[in-house]
Amino acid sequence: MSLIDNTQVLSFTFNGKAYQGYEGDTLASALLRNKVRVVGRSFKYHRPRGIMGVGSEEPNALVEIHGAGTCEPNRRATTIKLFDGLNAKSQNHMGPLNFDVLAINDFMHPFLAAGFYYKTFMWPKAFWEKLYEPVIRRAAGLGTLSKAADPDSYDKGFLHCDTLIIGAGPAGLQTALNLGLAGHNIILADDDFRMGGRLLSEDYEINLAPALNWVNETIQTLESLPNVRLMSRTSIYGVYDHGIYGGLETTTDEIGSSKPRHILWRIYAKSSILAAGATERPIAFANNDRPGVMLASAVRSYKNRFDIDLENTALLTNNDDGLQTDAAHIFDTRNGSYVTDVGGRKGVRSLTLNTGEKIAANHLAVSGGWNPNVHLTCHKRARPKWDETLRCFVPDPKTLPSDMSVIGAANGQFSTHAAFKDANDVTEKLGAKPSSLPQTEDAPINVSAFWHVKGKKRAWVDFQNDVTAKDITLAHQEGFSSVEHVKRYTTLGMATDQGRTSNVVGLAVLADTTGQSIPETGTTIFRPPYSPVPIGAFAGTHRGQHFKPTRLTPSHKYAAENGATFIETGYWKRSQWLARSGEKGWRDSVDREVLMTRSSVGICDVTTLGKIDVQGRDAGKFLNKVYVNTFSTLKVGKCRYGLMLREDGIAMDDGTTARLSETHFVTTTTTAKAGPVFRHLEFVRQCLYPDMDVHLISTTDQWAQFSVAGPNARKLLEKIVDPEFDISNEAFPYMACGELTICGGARARLFRLSFSGELAYEISVPARYGDALIREMMQKGEAFDAVLYGTEALGVMRIEKGHAAGNELNGTTTAQALGLGGFVSKKKDCIGKVLSQREGLIAEDSLQMVGFIPVSSQDKLTNGAHFIPKGETPSPETDHGYMSSVAWSPMLETYIGLGFLKNGQNRLGEVIQASHLMGNSHVDVTVVSPHFFDPKGERLRV
Amino acid sequence: MIIHHPLLGPRDASEFVYLGDASLMNRPNPKSETAAEDFHRYQYLRDNPVGQHRELWYHEQGDRSWLVVTRNTLTHDITKVELARDVARSQK
Repeated sequence: MSLIDNTQVLSFTFNGKAYQGYEGDTLASALLRNKVRVVGRSFKYHRPRGIMGVGSEEPNALVEIHGAGTCEPNRRATTIKLFDGLNAKSQNHMGPLNFDVLAINDFMHPFLAAGFYYKTFMWPKAFWEKLYEPVIRRAAGLGTLSKAADPDSYDKGFLHCDTLIIGAGPAGLQTALNLGLAGHNIILADDDFRMGGRLLSEDYEINLAPALNWVNETIQTLESLPNVRLMSRTSIYGVYDHGIYGGLETTTDEIGSSKPRHILWRIYAKSSILAAGATERPIAFANNDRPGVMLASAVRSYKNRFDIDLENTALLTNNDDGLQTDAAHIFDTRNGSYVTDVGGRKGVRSLTLNTGEKIAANHLAVSGGWNPNVHLTCHKRARPKWDETLRCFVPDPKTLPSDMSVIGAANGQFSTHAAFKDANDVTEKLGAKPSSLPQTEDAPINVSAFWHVKGKKRAWVDFQNDVTAKDITLAHQEGFSSVEHVKRYTTLGMATDQGRTSNVVGLAVLADTTGQSIPETGTTIFRPPYSPVPIGAFAGTHRGQHFKPTRLTPSHKYAAENGATFIETGYWKRSQWLARSGEKGWRDSVDREVLMTRSSVGICDVTTLGKIDVQGRDAGKFLNKVYVNTFSTLKVGKCRYGLMLREDGIAMDDGTTARLSETHFVTTTTTAKAGPVFRHLEFVRQCLYPDMDVHLISTTDQWAQFSVAGPNARKLLEKIVDPEFDISNEAFPYMACGELTICGGARARLFRLSFSGELAYEISVPARYGDALIREMMQKGEAFDAVLYGTEALGVMRIEKGHAAGNELNGTTTAQALGLGGFVSKKKDCIGKVLSQREGLIAEDSLQMVGFIPVSSQDKLTNGAHFIPKGETPSPETDHGYMSSVAWSPMLETYIGLGFLKNGQNRLGEVIQASHLMGNSHVDVTVVSPHFFDPKGERLRV
Repeated sequence: MIIHHPLLGPRDASEFVYLGDASLMNRPNPKSETAAEDFHRYQYLRDNPVGQHRELWYHEQGDRSWLVVTRNTLTHDITKVELARDVARSQK
């Protein structure tokens, strides 16, 4: 009945040596077929280890898969489906696998017991840095990363179903058949590449024929049903709120293949049925980790499913189930016969019995009973309960998630008959008619409480983390008695197998040590993921350039053609400066852009500023609530600057608002705050003032907007705006706005706003005309030597004018601090007004924004410097504030800075030290008005 | 998590932005004599209950509704979802 196709030979290498296996093999079965016994070294003691299990419970056989110049470590050989060309290597050894230098650790084991790592911190002090730290660092860790880029792709998907069935053994298959035939929309997921669970590995009959016949017929029927989705090689690794499950599908183990290696599925299910089976557990006795000591169920799998005869096998069991294993010698603990020690370092050669007798054997099959795979029941806080008859933890129906049922061996129903019966019962519970019960075995397990053979030698409990029974006893002696503490002190139950084979044995040893029962000892909490999920699968296609979206401004293409360097602001890419040939560095470009703008005309793409359309009869009233100043009185055709506070009184954002009609305002936000401000406005509208007649919509992406600034701005725009619109200073003064047409009929909006301090406008057109408009304006602007400028020049000009921007609206500053206290309307309430009046925020010595220039024109200012009175040592006590923005002003030919200084407005003219301790820069600066350039604002009103 | 939006049906929680305690809808009267103290409580003091919690979620990647979601903080069970605007109106 084997499931191996020996007509299909697959070649693979392990540690560089060539081997052959067959279609249907795992790497583990293929290695056993080739009589490779040692497949890896243990974590701490570097003991030779062989294959112990057959599925995801495998603690020993961790290997690297190599390919495409990289490798993936820590893959369990039992879950790798063999493929032609597989190149695998063992890990965790220094030198060759058969002669690991670090095997010396095994002889040093008295010094490496539980918690040894923590003890190295304590004494002697000098040893830590010189000896322990470098040695431990080099030896520690499971597997090694290649550090090469991952050549594979990963994908994500979403699925919806009525019922998700987890596990395709007898219980899962029967339930899927029942619900599938009843027309339910179901998903059946199993982590094996072949469905059938233990039926693939046991010698059972169903309906008087080999069980495999029933499995194949059932799968055939399921495949014919359009409402059933079968997902093999899909591990359900997590159970989340409201019926959401995480599933990891492995499409191939080959590195660098053309298809996505893993697909991360998010499955939405109205209900789920856990039919995840059970995992056999070992028994702890001396040297029970030698290659050749295996789980009895694994021995049967390799024999029945993979057709591998493990020669000269003995059996150690404490239950009836183990007795199904073919063995030359049987030691049943219930008859007082058991194994006390194993001879042979790189593979079992002999067994010592409790009678003192020593017998020859090459393999030992061990069955210590079965643990239901209850992990997924616990992800939403359910706690399993101890069953004293079955001697295992079973799900507690009282704490299970209401939408989850557990059936079959996962529910402690170990016989095949019981699994089928559970399946039919749950089918009825879900309102469907079950099919007839297949006839099959119904043998009880009859397990005894035999966990551990006591002795002087080390007996392994957790093979993956090298935790022995002694370590658990030691942890208890050192005061770590709670099961959660023991786990962390000894690392019992951690890493890739998450204690599948070790947890209950560990609890039993702990219970024995403390004299408590197992239920009194309790169990650790299972959390997602149930099996390892590669980080690449979580990332999916969101890598590199696709990690986040990119937003391009309408002038992006034109700017790129003209030497732009782009800077990321959120998702946006904005022109930072546009270099011309002959310019040696960014400062050359920025200085030129400022000088050309201030002497003639410059254009800057300001599309990224948030734009919010505010409409309705109460739009003005609404804006009064969210801004400190008043908007209901704003005349149609006019703009106004506005400052918005958070409810705690701190400045949130600023921008301009234009009134296009009685009921229509257009308000702008800063680039960074476009999203949060819109969210805040919707909060105010829906949650605080639901009866106001006002509606909001974001139009940031719909309008391309350019700032046109400089003495020749109007002359340039007169060539763009259609002649029937008068934009002279008289007809369209500072802070005017209006809707008009340009370029012979194209719809546009014009706002006379200035951030640069120049005669300036902002012109907006539907976004699709943005590229055409920038090209038209630059062409018409040739007559004036118009320049396109970037965010650096924008920044320089706003600092020259003393306008606050993101550096000043930094989430800690108030209207007063920003010098905008006068904007706060005394006549009305607004969000943040009450708390902005708190003592600490309006105290006389609170921070106020002022300007700074270096006393010596040679000196450079540094952003982030703190202001310290002359002669004082920089310290928190002598700190008088900080610099928030600095720039070289090509107009004033000096560095200038904006910053916050205690009681700054009253300290103009004072010389203070700007100290930047990290840059070791200490510059004497004079406190000045923040309005460095054209302080009377004459240029913008002409 | 899945939030059953009153207008749009079941929506994944990743479409929403969380704000917190729905008491933020009860903005104090700024003209009250105790306004300073009232706003301090409103802004900074929140209950952190085990069990039922009424809280504000914003459907940012959706219809931009603010919702009042009644969620059990222990089990994450959601027992009620209302449009914040309806709640605000009914409280007037």
